[in-house]
Amino acid sequence: MSRQLPPFQRFLDTHRDVVWRFLVSAVGPVEADDCFQETFIAALRAYPRLREDSNLRAWVLTIAHRKALDAHRGRSRRALPVADPAAVDGRAQGAPHPRDEALWEAVHELPVRQRSAVVLRYIADLPHRDIAAAIGCTEEAARRSLHEGLTTLRKVVPA
Amino acid sequence: MSSQNHVVERALRRGARSSDRHEDRAAEAARRVVAHAAEEGLADVVYAPVESPFGDLLLAATGRGLLRVAFPEEDADSVLDRISRRVSPRIVEAPAGLERARRELDEYFAGSRRRFDLTLDWSLVGGPFGRKVLHVTSEIPYGGVLSYREVATDAGSPRGSRAAGNALGSNPIPIVVPCHRVLHSGGGLGGYGGGLDRKRWLLELEGALTPRL
Repeated sequence: MSRQLPPFQRFLDTHRDVVWRFLVSAVGPVEADDCFQETFIAALRAYPRLREDSNLRAWVLTIAHRKALDAHRGRSRRALPVADPAAVDGRAQGAPHPRDEALWEAVHELPVRQRSAVVLRYIADLPHRDIAAAIGCTEEAARRSLHEGLTTLRKVVPA
Repeated sequence: MSSQNHVVERALRRGARSSDRHEDRAAEAARRVVAHAAEEGLADVVYAPVESPFGDLLLAATGRGLLRVAFPEEDADSVLDRISRRVSPRIVEAPAGLERARRELDEYFAGSRRRFDLTLDWSLVGGPFGRKVLHVTSEIPYGGVLSYREVATDAGSPRGSRAAGNALGSNPIPIVVPCHRVLHSGGGLGGYGGGLDRKRWLLELEGALTPRL
């Protein structure tokens, strides 16, 4: 039997966590929610036209990446991207460990493609091939962006 | 250099570890996606579990009408997979879209409703003869019964009792399309997708069968 698309609800339930974590890391906890809504509504609209053998995880992260780009372009003020949405007020339990705060600020300062490459690799755990698909470049370019991003981040993390 | 990369990678992954709070926020955001999709009519199929004396039934509907009533022991994933394949993969769990069907089923099970005023979507019914059989069946009144042969005859195929039985056996909208009202001409109950106990129970509810002591 040929593969078929799962019912959208199952697709949403399967990928909501990774998309959420990607967006919180990419645009910060404040804008993550709007981006999340836009990502999955766009996915729902396009869903029936999707090829049945598509990599759904990479596909939805591609959409999320584009929504994150839009958010950055339209942003009037810069939200601090942190790995934990509770850190939005800076005091809540679960804020990044103080030693990681500088790191997440540095992630935020990365050029967009490098930031997406880093976040897709370490937050969404995507392989290079899927990172390339998500940000729309060759696999080699994705590897380079990831390498460049990590090189920058190394400077802020005490060895 | 690579050892320092490890330090960075470890710190990044530390931030990536999913916490309960992340999962709660993601689940909440996903619920809002579904609510929005259902409100805006972006989903082609909505489904929800509905309580009944048989346990939770799974109901699914499209804009055309009620599409599916599944008994509790049917595997929900396979039911939804089949809808995804045959109707549309744009399926979300949204109880609001099934509120009327839920209410009518409640009333039916309570004995206060004798006919359903629901529009039906026949998309999951296979073949023209199957549709005719289920259409004939949907007209059998509360408290009444027909034999398989009568249903086959009314559907235009007097010798098609067996095919009619097959069509009834795969009725995607049981209870609402009352395939439990079709019996053997000799008086035997025949078969029922939901189990013969339930067929008997429904017929007793409707007064078509006397309860056995």
